[in-house]
Amino acid sequence: MAEQGKGKDVSRDSTSGGGERAADRPRPQASPQQFDVDADLDKNALQELFAPVAGFGVSFSTIFKPVATEQYPFEKVGTFPRYHGRHQLNRYADGMEKCIGCELCAWACPADAIYVEAANNAPGAQYSPGERYGRVYQINYLRCIFCGYCIEACPTRALTMTNEFELASTNRADMIYEKDDLLAPLREGMLNTPLPMVPGTTDVDYYQEKVTGPTPEQVEWVREHRPDDESLEAAAKAAGSRAANRTDALAGERQKGSGR
Amino acid sequence: MTATTSTSASGDLAAEPEVTFTIDGVEVAVPKGTLVIRAAEQIGIQIPRFCEHPLLKPVGACRQCLVEVSVPDREGNLRPMPKPQTSCTLEATPGMVVSTQHTSPVADKAQHAQIEFLLINHPLDCPVCDKGGECPLQNQAMSNGAPESRFKEVKRTFPKPIKISTEILLDRDRCILCQRCTRFQDEIAGDPFIALQGRGGGSPGMDVHGLHAQQIGTFDEAVLGYIPRGEDEPPDYADSLDLASPGGAPGVRGGAVRSVGAAATDVSGRPFSSYFSGNTIQICPVGALTSATYRFRARPFDLVSSDSIAEHDACGSAIRVDHRRNVVVRRLAGEDPVVNEEWITDKDRFAFTWQSAPDVLQAPMVRDEETGELVATSWSEAMAVAAEGLQRARSSGGVGLLPGGRLTLEDAYAWSKFARVVLGTNDVDFRARVHSAEEAQFLGHQVAAAEMDVTFADLERSPQVLLVGLEPEDEAGTIFLRLRKGMLAGKVHVTTIAPLASRGTTKMRANLIPTPPGGEAQVLDALAGNGDLSLDEDVAHALAQPGVVVLAGERLAGSPGAYSALLRYVRARQARLAWVPRRAGDRGAVEAGLLPNLLPGGRPVTEAEARVDLAALWETDTLPEQPGRDHTQILAAAGSGELGGLVIGGVDLSDLPHPAQAERDIRDAGFVVQLEVRHSLVTPYADVVLPVAPPTRKAGTFLTWEGRPRPFEEVFTTHDISDARALDLLAREFGVQLGTGSVQEVHAELAELGAWSAARVPAPEEPAGRITPVSGPNEAVLATWRLMLDAARGQDGEPHLAGTAHRPVARMSARTAAAAGLEGHRKVTVTGPKGAITLPLVLTPMPDQVVWLPQHSPGSSVHRMLGVTAGQTVSLSAVTAEVTS
Ligand code: SF4
Ligand code: SF4
Ligand code: SF4
Ligand code: FES
Repeated sequence: MAEQGKGKDVSRDSTSGGGERAADRPRPQASPQQFDVDADLDKNALQELFAPVAGFGVSFSTIFKPVATEQYPFEKVGTFPRYHGRHQLNRYADGMEKCIGCELCAWACPADAIYVEAANNAPGAQYSPGERYGRVYQINYLRCIFCGYCIEACPTRALTMTNEFELASTNRADMIYEKDDLLAPLREGMLNTPLPMVPGTTDVDYYQEKVTGPTPEQVEWVREHRPDDESLEAAAKAAGSRAANRTDALAGERQKGSGR
Repeated sequence: MTATTSTSASGDLAAEPEVTFTIDGVEVAVPKGTLVIRAAEQIGIQIPRFCEHPLLKPVGACRQCLVEVSVPDREGNLRPMPKPQTSCTLEATPGMVVSTQHTSPVADKAQHAQIEFLLINHPLDCPVCDKGGECPLQNQAMSNGAPESRFKEVKRTFPKPIKISTEILLDRDRCILCQRCTRFQDEIAGDPFIALQGRGGGSPGMDVHGLHAQQIGTFDEAVLGYIPRGEDEPPDYADSLDLASPGGAPGVRGGAVRSVGAAATDVSGRPFSSYFSGNTIQICPVGALTSATYRFRARPFDLVSSDSIAEHDACGSAIRVDHRRNVVVRRLAGEDPVVNEEWITDKDRFAFTWQSAPDVLQAPMVRDEETGELVATSWSEAMAVAAEGLQRARSSGGVGLLPGGRLTLEDAYAWSKFARVVLGTNDVDFRARVHSAEEAQFLGHQVAAAEMDVTFADLERSPQVLLVGLEPEDEAGTIFLRLRKGMLAGKVHVTTIAPLASRGTTKMRANLIPTPPGGEAQVLDALAGNGDLSLDEDVAHALAQPGVVVLAGERLAGSPGAYSALLRYVRARQARLAWVPRRAGDRGAVEAGLLPNLLPGGRPVTEAEARVDLAALWETDTLPEQPGRDHTQILAAAGSGELGGLVIGGVDLSDLPHPAQAERDIRDAGFVVQLEVRHSLVTPYADVVLPVAPPTRKAGTFLTWEGRPRPFEEVFTTHDISDARALDLLAREFGVQLGTGSVQEVHAELAELGAWSAARVPAPEEPAGRITPVSGPNEAVLATWRLMLDAARGQDGEPHLAGTAHRPVARMSARTAAAAGLEGHRKVTVTGPKGAITLPLVLTPMPDQVVWLPQHSPGSSVHRMLGVTAGQTVSLSAVTAEVTS
């Protein structure tokens, strides 16, 4: 019991900065002797005198100690960096989704919290590199126990966990996170999916992180098909500045007869 | 992997002498000729394997099943063979000592090495592979493979996926060249459109240059005759290839040399088209073959599997229905050695979406009196309205019942009892197709309540099989496979009485007795030794021997006198006869007495004793005594107001001999109650529509053409109700307890009913019909049947499957074409009283002045568009203008 309580408190307080670590505080030991009825017979006079207020001892001594109560949610307490929070579906540098809809995460999940439906990528509707992408992706946070097995199972590192722990709602449906909720937000310079793959690459090149950002071709394609896409402007800029370097680098890689 | 079942062959093997030898120290006695791998299975020793399949010939292609073997030499000293041997090609010999991986380090090492070798070029793409989770390669790499890969070089890759047909996709990267697929197509289906190519070829990595390595691919078009390219070119599947390759580009179409471009097509315009191609997906031990329908749809662990029975033909094939979250995502062949072995047709495999089509009826509907529209309502109201309307209809002439051929035995029984007990009529007929009074008599006389005589096993071992009015490949795929198996084993000779040698006929190497529709009776009489027709002597002689198995198709109904002649032949030559209908429910309907002249269990309507017998069981006073009207007569009587109403089940109007007339009749009918799964052409005219459950949502029994009961359970538990239950509820409105509310009740009643051994319906005695004479060179007799894959509603919602259908063509002999002035024309217009059909013309060796059209394919729905049925005459003309129909 004591062991467990200790472990839990460590994780809670460690990143809170100030204050005494709860782990260092002495804890009342719930030993059987304390509740021995015969113990009263042995008390001396002084003890008898203070007996009526003896129970306040802990209270009085605590008054002068720093407060351990957390003022959540007014003051937010951070987590360890590797805390298991809400999941995220990551993207490659050009914005392409990493998830291939393989369902290995769903397979690994001991709580059956994940539901995935895959679909074919098609020329003109490419969401992830290669042939397959996750069309439907749901995590039911009423079931998830945040064990992280799904993360370990993911072959593309598409699924990781964030530190976000504020997962609460007043109704069931909201606790089922859809792909839109889980997909990593576009970083500056990424393009929204669907978009074509970088010309001349395969899914393996993506996996090996040879794609470092959107290319002008991809930007062009998105401009043609979704002229109003919000990701377009920043991506165009990023692509422009990166274009020259990238092409050389990639060409060099492929020259070496690699691939897979 | 495939479990082994000693099929019917075991009977023959039992006579063989036994061989005693040792596997892993266990002594086994097996019949001579048994393969070591089979013998090992029998004593529970599993040897890993990929290419070996119990229903295919041994080939030793994958080398995975290596074992260490010693055999005694002439002096009896045990001599080890110098190298491990493949146990799947090795026959056990007396005294042989076999050590598998369990006892022999040599065998174990060999197997590990072989897995490693197979994995050299196998991609590590299990996460995107459909087979992942149910893959023999995955499993055996775990059980018999090395934990680490030593291969660091670049793996060989191919452009992919190849779409070998609209339904079948091939990822050559994953193929381990076991040749199960090609062997299946060659040995079982007889459509060897894929083959192992480029043997011994090889080049590394991403190099793509034509035939760059040993691979599976489609045949070169030079090997197959095909229609010249041009405007009639089949749809270019390349255009519809909407799958991305690993590089994001469109996948590839066609194999081998032409790795880009359309796949080669055969005479009917289909690339890799086989009615059985789906089986290759199931037996591929890796994920190299996948189906377009199921691709990326689910993982094995998502699926809930239920055993069921296929509903598309009268063969009752065992299937496995896999569903995910209440949606069926695929069907697989089930294993049943006595019926379909491990194979099913593509229609049974892929055509399941009809059961959940958007037009599935959701709630009972009644016609609103004011607006005349159908409005959804409650079951109780619908029942009340239906009962009231039927009551009225009954008193104003009576009610006719048209249950259709999709019913389970239980449902059919409920229809039959409902007609007789509640509506007091014999106006009931399931035959929603061309039919005749002669046929009804034949069914009552010969088929109903007959003992199971001819079975699938007989098709494998009967020296002579005669087909008449039946194209097994199109109409009963499992029969075709069995006949072909028997033929290849040298045990069976097939003869068919048909207008032309279809592809199926050719693949069964059947003798053809070329017979235009209408001429069947004459041929059968000649075979029986009567009549003046002269036949090929050898064929006639062979078919004159006793014990010939005759399979007669339902199409004989369109040929006057054919059933009578058939019975004459069977009697005269002591042949064994089986009737093969096309739909799953037909045989059960005959048993249940869904015919105007027949009560359940083969009881003739006209036999007083039979009626009394049945009335006692049904706790009713009397049963109607007069035989009722048949299908066409019921419709006509309803249309003319003679009958007050109709109860219609699964009737597809385009199957009827006169679809337009039928539609008018139903429109004019007084009160129409429809029991259907989906909206149909009848729905707009129905007064009450009762939605009934498709096979996935009810339990029941189909009877195969043999008469074998094929019970199945529901796949989904729903509130949907079967026909039997709907009729049970409806009967209550009449104050009748039909007792068909559950499958169990019906079974109990059927058991009580028992067989009828007294007088049967007398045999039909029609004179042999004649071929309709044609009046000029532009006329021809129409021959037609339904192809397996056509415009059937059962295939709705499955475009990938539809793409593998035979292309509709018109066939006639060269002489007929020349006489009709069609020489040099690529298309022909066939005209009947109702309209015309224009199709590409294919010259085929067949009797003159006969034209063959597919009966109900896209663009060729003969009954509806021409207004004629098989055996009637049509006129031929070269294409002039577009003809509307
Ligand atoms: S963290 Fe664990 S419980 Fe939650 S989804 Fe992943 S595997 Fe399932
Ligand atoms: S998140 Fe990873 S493991 Fe889950 S489906 Fe996507 S790729 Fe597969
Ligand atoms: S495609 Fe499959 S079945 Fe055919 S040879 Fe390759 S691995 Fe074998
Ligand atoms: S199983 Fe024996 S060689 Fe393939």
